[in-house]
Amino acid sequence: MTYLLAIGTRKGLWLARSEDRLTWSLDGPHFLMEEVAAVAIDSRRETTRLLVGVLSMHYGPTLVWSDDLGSTWNETGNGAIRFPDDTGTALGRIWQIHPDRDDRPEVVWAGCEPTSLWRSTDGGLSFALVQSLWDHPHRTEWLPGAGGAAVHSVVVHPTSDRVTVAMSSGGVYVSDDGATGWTPRNIGISAKFLPDMYPEYGQCVHKIAVDASGPDTMYAQNHHGVYRTDDGGMQWNSIADGLPSDFGFFVLTSPHTPATAWVMPLEADMRRVPVGGRMRVHRTRDGGSTWTELGAGLPDNSWSVVLRDAACVDTDPSTGIYLGTRDGVIYVSTDEGDTYSVIAEHLPDILSLRVAVLP
Amino acid sequence: MTAALDAVTVQLPSSLREHVGGAQSITVSPAPADVCALLDSLALTHPVLERRLRDETGAIRRYVNVYVDGDDIRRAQGVATPVVAGITVQILPSIAGG
Repeated sequence: MTYLLAIGTRKGLWLARSEDRLTWSLDGPHFLMEEVAAVAIDSRRETTRLLVGVLSMHYGPTLVWSDDLGSTWNETGNGAIRFPDDTGTALGRIWQIHPDRDDRPEVVWAGCEPTSLWRSTDGGLSFALVQSLWDHPHRTEWLPGAGGAAVHSVVVHPTSDRVTVAMSSGGVYVSDDGATGWTPRNIGISAKFLPDMYPEYGQCVHKIAVDASGPDTMYAQNHHGVYRTDDGGMQWNSIADGLPSDFGFFVLTSPHTPATAWVMPLEADMRRVPVGGRMRVHRTRDGGSTWTELGAGLPDNSWSVVLRDAACVDTDPSTGIYLGTRDGVIYVSTDEGDTYSVIAEHLPDILSLRVAVLP
Repeated sequence: MTAALDAVTVQLPSSLREHVGGAQSITVSPAPADVCALLDSLALTHPVLERRLRDETGAIRRYVNVYVDGDDIRRAQGVATPVVAGITVQILPSIAGG
């Protein structure tokens, strides 16, 4: 059994491997000097496929894949993700690559900039624009955050046709009919940067994640605000009490244990640094009613952050938590967030992390 | 190798040569009418390379510079800049990065 950690950075991709999550070997860089903001390890297939969103400052974005764990890379000639001619739009950046559920192994989703959702039915070799979201009448009012305007979170219901996306800004949108019609679901989520703090849409939701109890319970780390919904996004309720700040980028959930989630509070939108310069994770075991500060092994005097996709969990019974910082350090916890050790350091700023356990 | 008399030579920076098997340059024959037609031709023969030069709207990428016989096409007629047989079209990445 091998843990494979894909590390997307501002200047390339690294692959880390471990048998025990304590000792890691690093392979890379792949795509040196190219930004890797999205990576997926698709282990639903007979042969595990790595899917990587690459952005060259000079030569633009592209999606590449490997069916031999990074020994060789391939890309679709005319581009796996390519805006239709009639949109008059060019792909800016791939922000998210999300393999669908296990019983649809050829389906892969991609969230991109400008704000758009894409679906592949051939394992990620080619994607079609989800036209219904592109044509949504709200789209012209979805504004870019500091990093751009993109769909960055995709959540697929395990049994129904529901697809939930989150975008910055724009907020949460849900389709109950397989990505045909879309409804905003942001009730309860604030938008402190707008005159109307509780609009129907326009929130800057930074990340959403599903609880282990089932798909209707989700968490959102917002641009100020940490929330939970228990009805698929119909109503969001604040769970930020007990946190030192409600600003942050990522939220992680346990794949096994209901009501368990992790966040990393930062001081504020205008002070995007760990609270007091102490990098700490906060964990809830009760759905956000209470939070516990954790961080043995995480640094004091740290002014770096972990971005929204630079954090992930593995499926080990003792959930592993992986954090990549903007100053190029990767931490792993093998005890559900209590303590941390360093996998790698001195890398470029970490933009995306994904892990899989391979046989 | 000598280029055909009716060909245009496209000279590539080292950072793009992996997309043409390591060659420093490629030839397009017969010479297309202009830079746009040249890129259309590359889209058929070397699509991965072509996508790195212009996006799907047809715009030359911001940090890619194209010189026709030494002249920057942005100071000429853009992608409508004419090309003729025997000339060199040089691709250079501009100063950018961090």
